[in-house]
Amino acid sequence: MDKGTWTVKTGLAQMLKGGVIMDVVTLDQAKIAEEAGACAVMALERVPADIRAAGGVARMADPSVILAIMEAVSIPVMAKCRIGHFVEAQALEALGVDFIDESEVLTPADESHHIWKHDFKVPFVCGCRDLGEALRRLAEGAAMIRTKGEAGTGNIVEAVRHMRAVRDEIRKLGSMTTDELVAEAKALGAPLELAIEVHKTGGLPVVNFAAGGIATPTDAALMMQLGAEGVFVGSGIFKSSDPERMAKAIVKATTHYRDPAIIAEASKGLGVAMPGLDIRTIAEENLLAPRGW
Amino acid sequence: MKKIGVLALQGAFVEHLALLRRLDVAAFPIRLPRELEGLDGLVIPGGESTTIGRLMREYDLMAPLSSLCNDGFPIMGTCAGMILLARRVSDINIEPLGAMDIEVKRNASGRQVDSFETDLEIPAIGEPPFHGVFIRAPFIERAGDGVAVLAQLPDGTGVAARQGNMLALAFHPELTDDLRLHSYFLSIVNGDRKR
Repeated sequence: MDKGTWTVKTGLAQMLKGGVIMDVVTLDQAKIAEEAGACAVMALERVPADIRAAGGVARMADPSVILAIMEAVSIPVMAKCRIGHFVEAQALEALGVDFIDESEVLTPADESHHIWKHDFKVPFVCGCRDLGEALRRLAEGAAMIRTKGEAGTGNIVEAVRHMRAVRDEIRKLGSMTTDELVAEAKALGAPLELAIEVHKTGGLPVVNFAAGGIATPTDAALMMQLGAEGVFVGSGIFKSSDPERMAKAIVKATTHYRDPAIIAEASKGLGVAMPGLDIRTIAEENLLAPRGW
Repeated sequence: MKKIGVLALQGAFVEHLALLRRLDVAAFPIRLPRELEGLDGLVIPGGESTTIGRLMREYDLMAPLSSLCNDGFPIMGTCAGMILLARRVSDINIEPLGAMDIEVKRNASGRQVDSFETDLEIPAIGEPPFHGVFIRAPFIERAGDGVAVLAQLPDGTGVAARQGNMLALAFHPELTDDLRLHSYFLSIVNGDRKR
């Protein structure tokens, strides 16, 4: 019996498809998320909006918080480590989390190197802003990709930008001749073999979710129609006025993302969504998406 | 051409649709009760069983699916699908359809780091062995008299079973390129393998 193989790592991501992965900071939130139909939870000490507000260095969550949430729910539990902080990742693997997010939401530990993820039995998900970044993370062993968006803003604009960039570049690679692929792989900063694979298959070799700014059911369905295979919702649920209803509504809109009548119905009377931030009002040094490369 | 539905509430339904289409059947994603009409068979895919189970209830699919099971309708469940077909599940968070006389333990091999791949002897489909991909997989803890266990791990744990026209697999044929178990299911749909 072979454990921790590429197939079982990417396979777990495939099992999460069509689902909503919700950030939670307490047992009660984890149970609300599970009850609402989340396909996994991300166990954190603070949601991105609070990390953004708090400032300072954001690190891996306290293991006792993560373990308590693993005890409380039967769906997969993910946790975040800092970019490049392979010892936080080793600790999370030792705790038995089901997936690690090497995340720009935490303060990077290494500005030059991401984690070599092939060394781990636990699968990783990583953020990207474009196809080149997605393929670099894949080369390092990420078993799942998500857009970065701009976490903790409740503003979908960056997630849309990143998803469109990935899709556009996939289409562009698909239309190229073999000799053009070599130059394009160089321009993307991506391994040639992966660029050729995308050219042949017309898609990424792993599952691609949307993240970073999803705050409403229509945001979730927008990302799905743009090509996401599922969504992460960070602050959008537990920073809204009625988290239980918002969570259920976002799940419903994700399942039925091509059915406008169901999305409209799910969007009724949800109370106040999380307060949003205009990206243009955020100082450059406070943006999260440019973290990592 | 036979029409096969794949329950598409959450999980790896696209993979099942793709494999079924390679076997020359019309395959459709199913999200609403009305979409069940006119089908010759149904696949409940892998995914998160808690999630799929909750959404089945939320979207009023429990009653129509239960009555299909009682009518001998051909259904194949993989992983989460097997959990949802079972009579009893170790996890109180899940209310299964109770269609097959099997008791199932969820996440039986542990958390994700214990997910595994291994070859399985499955006499019903012959040689060579079938490559089983087990992801946070359930195991069959007990199978009733009317149930045929089709595959076991080396320690004897049941990981595939058939009862009437229902087929339950703890692993994921949809993550492989091996079409034999989908073909086996279609032979049930076609009535070639009546028991």
